[in-house]
Amino acid sequence: MTTTVHTATGDAETMVLNMGPQHPSTHGVLRVLLELDGETVVKAQPDIGYLHTGIEKSCEAKTYTQAITLTDRIDYLAPLSNNLCYCLAVEKLLGLELPKRAQYIRVLLTELTRIASHLVWLGTHAIDLGAMSMFLYCFREREEILKIFEMVSGQRMMTSYFRIGGLALEPPPAWLDRVERFVQMFPGRIREYEDLLTQNRIWLGRTQGVGVISAEDAIAYGLSGPSLRGSGVAYDIRRTFPYSSYDEFEFDVCTQSAGDCYARYLVRVAEMRESLKIIRQAMQKIPPEGPIRSEAPGIVPPSREEMKTSIEGLIYHFKIFTEGFAAPPGEVQAAVESPRGELAVYVASDGSPKPWRVKFRTPSFVNLQALPKLCEGRLIADVVACIGTIDIVLGEIDR
Amino acid sequence: MTEPQEVENHAVVRQLRAWDPQAIEEALLFRGELTLVIPRAHLHRAAEFLRGEPELAFTYLCDVTGVDRFPIEPRFEVNYHLVSMARRERLRLKVRADGANPVVETVTPVWPTANWHEREVFDLFGVRFDGHPDLRRILLPENWEGHPLRKDYPVEGYR
Repeated sequence: MTTTVHTATGDAETMVLNMGPQHPSTHGVLRVLLELDGETVVKAQPDIGYLHTGIEKSCEAKTYTQAITLTDRIDYLAPLSNNLCYCLAVEKLLGLELPKRAQYIRVLLTELTRIASHLVWLGTHAIDLGAMSMFLYCFREREEILKIFEMVSGQRMMTSYFRIGGLALEPPPAWLDRVERFVQMFPGRIREYEDLLTQNRIWLGRTQGVGVISAEDAIAYGLSGPSLRGSGVAYDIRRTFPYSSYDEFEFDVCTQSAGDCYARYLVRVAEMRESLKIIRQAMQKIPPEGPIRSEAPGIVPPSREEMKTSIEGLIYHFKIFTEGFAAPPGEVQAAVESPRGELAVYVASDGSPKPWRVKFRTPSFVNLQALPKLCEGRLIADVVACIGTIDIVLGEIDR
Repeated sequence: MTEPQEVENHAVVRQLRAWDPQAIEEALLFRGELTLVIPRAHLHRAAEFLRGEPELAFTYLCDVTGVDRFPIEPRFEVNYHLVSMARRERLRLKVRADGANPVVETVTPVWPTANWHEREVFDLFGVRFDGHPDLRRILLPENWEGHPLRKDYPVEGYR
C-alpha cells in the first residue's frame, strides 16, 4: 500500500491515513484512504458503501407510488428533486401529461429545494474551512424554507409531495405569502454571505487554485452541476433538456472558468440568485385555482368526494391502493438538474404494478470519482476543501 | 412503439449503419428515447465511434445500468446512457450478456467515468468487465458473497 518517496533528506515511506468514515468534514459516512508524504497527499482513494441500504432493490418490491417515499431518502438534502425525477420518469413511462398548475408548483418547490441545499453546502463548506459563523446564518435561512415545505406538505424534509400525475395535496391558501416573505428577505442575506466570504483573504487563500479540474477532464469524469459549470461547461439540464415547464422560465446558466473551489463557490451563490428569479416568475404564473393532478383514471387516485359518492371512484381507489396501476412494458430515463448535478432515474417495467428495475444515477456518486484528481499532490487540508466543493451527500452515493 | 421506418430514419441509426452494418442488432424508439442493442463484440468500437465522430459527439457518459432479466436469456443487460451536450441528444446503448458467465468489455478507455459505474454493476449483478483497471466491489464490503440486485437474491431475510 505504501510507496517509497525520495526526499531531500533521504528515502522515506509514505504513510497511509484513514479519513472517516466518521469524520466531521466528510459530510457523511465517507472513508478516504490517504497516502501521505508528510502533509502532501500522494494518493486519495474514496471508499464508499457505509450508507448502502439497498434502495434500488427495495423499489422493486414496492408499487410505483410506494417507491416515492424511498426516493426522498436518496439525496436527503434535496428530497423534492428526487421525488421530481422519479415522478417524471414514471410519468414518461405512462405517457401522462400534467396540468400547468402542477408543473409550476413543482418548479417553485424544486427551486426552493435548490436554495435549501446550497445553503447547507455553503454553511458546511465554510465551517470546514474555518468560517464558523456561516453555518448558523445559512441554517437560519434554511429554516424558513423548511417551514414552507411543512406548510405545504406536512413534512419539513422527506416530503414525498410530488406524486405520479401531480402533487399529493392542494397547497394551503396563504402559502404564496410565505414564499413572498422569503423572497423579500433572502437577497439581503445572500449579500451578507458574499460580504463575509467573497473578498475574504482567508477564503480566497483556501479556495483559489485548490481542486482545479479542466473542462475536458470534467466531462471525461462525468461531472455535472456546479462542479462542471465551475470549469466553464454550460451544461444545465434545465436548459439543455428542459422538463416540467422549465422552458417557460427565464434564468441564466451560471458558469465560471477557473475550475477551482472558488469558481464552484461563485457558481453556487449565483445559482441561489437565479433560483430566486425562477421562484418569482413561478409565483406570477401559478393560477390560483386549478387541477393539481392529471386526469388519468386508474393511475391517479380519484378525489375523496368522488371515491365516496361514485362506484367507479370507489373501485379505482381500491385498485390503485391495493394492487397499484400497471405500467406499459418498456424503459425510460428522466434527468433533472438537482442541486448537485445531473440526477437521472431509469425505470424498466415488465408490465406489472411494480417496477422491474429502478436505477438512480446520482451526481454525488459520479462527482466523487474525481476526488483523487482534485486533491492528489496537494496538502491534506485541501482534501477537506475538495470534498466540500464537490458537494456530496452520502445517501446519494450509496443508496 | 413507433414505426420501423421512423427508427431507421433517425440520424444516429443511419450513421451507425453506414459505418458498420453489423453494429446495431436492434433499434427501438419509445417515448422519444432511442435504444440501440449492440452485439457485445462491437461495444468498444461502437463506443469510440459514438464519442469521436463529430456528427455524433456523445462525449458524456451519464450512466451505466445493469438489469437482470431472469429467467429470460441472455440474462443480463448493461445499458449505457450517453449524452451529446453539443447536439442536445440522449441515447441508450444496450449490451446483453449470458447468465452463466456474464462478461462485457470495459468502456473506461473511452469514458473514464465508467470506472465506478462498472464497478457498481459488477458489485450488484456480478457482470465482469474485461480490461477494467480496478474491478472490485464498491458499495458492499470486499468479502460479501452474492450479488444483491440479481432477481434470485431476496429483498430481505436470509438466503
